[in-house]
Amino acid sequence: MAGQDRITPQHEDRTPDDDADVPAPAPAAQERDAQVDALLDEINDVLESNAEQFVRGFVQKGGQ
Amino acid sequence: MGIETEYGVLAPGNPAANPMLLSGQVVTTYRALAARAGARPAARWDYDDEDPLADARGFHLRRQAAHPSMLTDDPRRPAPAGPAPHDAAPVILDDADDPSAANCILTNGARLYVDHAHPEYSSPEVTGPRDAVLWDVAGERVMLAASRAASGPPAGRELALYKNNVDGKGASYGTHENYLVDRALPFATLAELITPFLVTRQVFAGSGRVGLGPRGDEPGFQMAQRADYIEAEVGLETTLRRPIVNTRDEPHAERSRWRRLHLILGDANLFEAATYLKLGTTSLVLWVLERLDELAGAGVDARRELAALRLADPVGEVRRVSRDVDLVAKLELADGRSMTALEVQETYADVIERALGVLGGAPDAETTAVLGRWRSVLTRLAADPLDCAREVEWVAKRRLLEGMRRRDGLAWDHPRVHALDLQWSDVRPERSVYQRLVASGAVERLVDEDAVADAVLHPPTDTRAYFRGEVMARYPEQVTAASWDSVIFDVPGATALQRVPMLDPLRGTRAHLGALLERSADAGALLAALRGT
Repeated sequence: MAGQDRITPQHEDRTPDDDADVPAPAPAAQERDAQVDALLDEINDVLESNAEQFVRGFVQKGGQ
Repeated sequence: MGIETEYGVLAPGNPAANPMLLSGQVVTTYRALAARAGARPAARWDYDDEDPLADARGFHLRRQAAHPSMLTDDPRRPAPAGPAPHDAAPVILDDADDPSAANCILTNGARLYVDHAHPEYSSPEVTGPRDAVLWDVAGERVMLAASRAASGPPAGRELALYKNNVDGKGASYGTHENYLVDRALPFATLAELITPFLVTRQVFAGSGRVGLGPRGDEPGFQMAQRADYIEAEVGLETTLRRPIVNTRDEPHAERSRWRRLHLILGDANLFEAATYLKLGTTSLVLWVLERLDELAGAGVDARRELAALRLADPVGEVRRVSRDVDLVAKLELADGRSMTALEVQETYADVIERALGVLGGAPDAETTAVLGRWRSVLTRLAADPLDCAREVEWVAKRRLLEGMRRRDGLAWDHPRVHALDLQWSDVRPERSVYQRLVASGAVERLVDEDAVADAVLHPPTDTRAYFRGEVMARYPEQVTAASWDSVIFDVPGATALQRVPMLDPLRGTRAHLGALLERSADAGALLAALRGT
């Protein structure tokens, strides 16, 4: 899907011109996206592999 | 001040596990851990002065009229969780095998116990927001140690705890703040003048939530975990029809001098800056409200200025602010004006700053720090919320979730988005998104781990929690029960149990009793010395 994986750490050296078909984010926004992508890589192995099952099983009783 | 946190409890792979039993195991396991470390915190909780049905508006709810979930002062009849049917008669259990009676008074002055179907850590009383953060984070480490010890091959199960407030399926559990307030401030004035502040403080205090509506039926993201569960402006209940301002009038202190403001609308925060600001700014607002007459005399009409902020629909605006992640919504005021949540907050900060200016000299360092950080966060939230991603929890969570959605093309209701929200608050570092962000340097911390480790074992030194924690550490064999405002000793040779009341939260400090505790080899010597003082 256009625009979904435009900015990833591997693509940091891309210039906005590489993606002429989609509006390029401002450089500051690009930098921010790269930072967030790096964080997403950091947390990747923390996340449950079966998210659907985990979310479905997360059931609590009401409290105060 | 202090914070009570009910943690989410989960036995992964065993959906049939009884949450009350799991919660009880968390508490009894920690008690056993503490015993192995030398303490013997078997003391029970002293319920004598608990009065959960006293209403700050000056009346008592009849016991028969109360929802069973509100009867929290009888350990033999555990209060059920909120949405339980009204006619479900509570089962009377034997203390010995009743998980809901599990209780542990920690050497740091905190209480670890089972509240409804959750393990709860009630922090010791502290005098400032930085200490509130410290003993709150200590609670996270207590829960971590308990869940580790209750998991693994010997226990034959895995037990996970979450510092959050929602399960995304309709259940919510609380993080309550408590503030000692001068009883001379009429409750109606307090409730009126603090409400616009409480409705809007989620802009910096929210911890972020995936899903809109109590059951999360509508996809989306909002600032606060608790916003969709607040249904009344003022009220006594905590498990249903939850109010912005709770009226439970159980001061745990000398009733003629103080009330305990019990706030139930806040989120569990992992971000230390969020806890710090939440406790710090709320106590500054209370400081002003306690001095309205004095301030009027000095030329600051705080009563009029804050009354002018009255919202046309406070309960509705709690939800609206929580969904206004761009911070642009105009809240309708009762007088017809409209303001953004940030503007309401700025007005409170202005009034407080002027109040500090006209009353008594330079503010202390912590007050100055709270005000400075508050102003700074409000300014940066207005300019670009992402600039607050290291301090404001919902901003950090949203940034990460938006990144995941962009990178992987996920909608707000995708299970991976939900999973990240839930795992944000897992107390286990290897499963915690928050802890991973901390390790990456993406979160500002206010306390260091050495101080936290110390706070797990030791009480604050400047409140009565010092006395409670120290006697639990020094004379565990001779303490049979304790509560927020009492300790009951069983001294060998004495003819009766001896109850030491602690109705003044600011007595029983290290300055007051430290030397005496040092000199007292046992509780008998301590009590003899106390009688002599």
